[in-house]
Amino acid sequence: MILSSTKELKDKGFEQILDFFRKKSLWMLHYCTGCGAVELPPTMTSRWDMERFGMGPMATPRQADLLLITGYLSVKSLKRVIYTYEQMQEPKWVIAFGSCPINGGIYYDSYSVINRLALYLPVDLSIEGCMPRPEAIIDGFTKLMKAIEKGEAVGYKKYKENYEWYKKNQREVLERTTPVL
Amino acid sequence: MVKTYIFRFLIAVLTSIFMGLLYMGIGRKFMARIRRCYAGPFYQSYIDVIKLFSKNSISHNWIMDFGVMMGFAGIIATVVFLPIGPFNVFPDMKGNIIIIMYFMTIGYLGMAMGVAASGNPNATIGIARALSLMIGYEIPFALSVILLIFANRSSLLYDMVLSQHGSFLNWNMFRYPFAFAGSLIALQGMLGEQPFDAMIAPAEIASGPMVELSGKFLGFGFLQHASQIFLETGIIAAMFLGGGTILGFFTKQLILYLITLSIAAVFSRYRFEDAVKFFWIIPTLLVLLQLVIFLA
Ligand code: SF4
Repeated sequence: MILSSTKELKDKGFEQILDFFRKKSLWMLHYCTGCGAVELPPTMTSRWDMERFGMGPMATPRQADLLLITGYLSVKSLKRVIYTYEQMQEPKWVIAFGSCPINGGIYYDSYSVINRLALYLPVDLSIEGCMPRPEAIIDGFTKLMKAIEKGEAVGYKKYKENYEWYKKNQREVLERTTPVL
Repeated sequence: MVKTYIFRFLIAVLTSIFMGLLYMGIGRKFMARIRRCYAGPFYQSYIDVIKLFSKNSISHNWIMDFGVMMGFAGIIATVVFLPIGPFNVFPDMKGNIIIIMYFMTIGYLGMAMGVAASGNPNATIGIARALSLMIGYEIPFALSVILLIFANRSSLLYDMVLSQHGSFLNWNMFRYPFAFAGSLIALQGMLGEQPFDAMIAPAEIASGPMVELSGKFLGFGFLQHASQIFLETGIIAAMFLGGGTILGFFTKQLILYLITLSIAAVFSRYRFEDAVKFFWIIPTLLVLLQLVIFLA
């Protein structure tokens, strides 16, 4: 009993140290479906220079820590996003950009677009705005870093715990797109 | 005896990784300043590596594990032969350049085996490009090695360093300027910097060999690249810039690396067949010219 708790304590301390490194080196994969992608290049390049925080774009889901959903998600692309998310290695985080993934934004009554991303994937942070400016994006990133350091950004654990619930929601919406013929 | 060898081996490997990562970090800052950014701190690469090793990773089969390890081992086994300034890991080997050239390919072959087993077509395309590019830059590099072997009547890197002692005008860089220029271009290809980065091409084949590497595999890839920077700049520094004291040697390596980066900053990418053609024409001719001048 005592042994296991000391081990737990040690693990926790170790995780805290590792979290410090994780927050300092966030590699992101941007899933650029919506209009939001257009605000990312200025955030990455010399004007706002996000590399100062150790962040950078990565080419494949295997290498990335952070999945950016930049804008509205059609039902068909939701499927690809889920594949992508499940290919990423833990620890991993999801950021939703703009109002579309939060409540549907201006596409709230569209037949082909999902309204709330949080029903299908564990979103760690949402940045509202249509479209959020680079200042807001960087503000959001720093908030995520703080959450990671405190050990609060645990979306990927929630996804594993509530896997059934997420899968049920995903199935409900994905069935709509299966070909009729 | 064995203990001292193991100790020296560890020192050489750790130095190469430590310095390689440091060069990478400084290089990133340097590139960022060229683009008028600031980038992260110079120790960013260490943070990246620690993070990568702390992540989960996925392996497809044991060949992949083995190949990635072999790639890393191939490079560190080569570093052992490199005289780091006056320091030789195996004092009686003195860095035979032929062995170095032979071992250097093992790193690439291990990587090729590992990433081909990962089953992603992009990785296979990337590593195929890397290996064909190797045929390109090995020719001017091998020719300048032959030139220096002729000139020194010895194939030991250590002897080449010794022959350049004294004033800096003794450096092979000034004695054989054309060969130096050719090798510098070859170095650009060895490090895979633009315009010779067709094997990585993030927007085209999604970072080539690294496509499927996650967590610790990518971490090993990082370490391999770090030792590779150390090794390849080190070879050129020993061959043409006269080795020097340990600190001087590190400075020369860093300067060589920054030169390649500043060339990389202004070039876009060659298609790989054009790159191979370029290597076979311009740098090869430069080194051949030097050979002819030397023999005449
Ligand atoms: S929130 Fe606005 S900018 Fe973003 S995807 Fe939706 S409509 Fe486009």
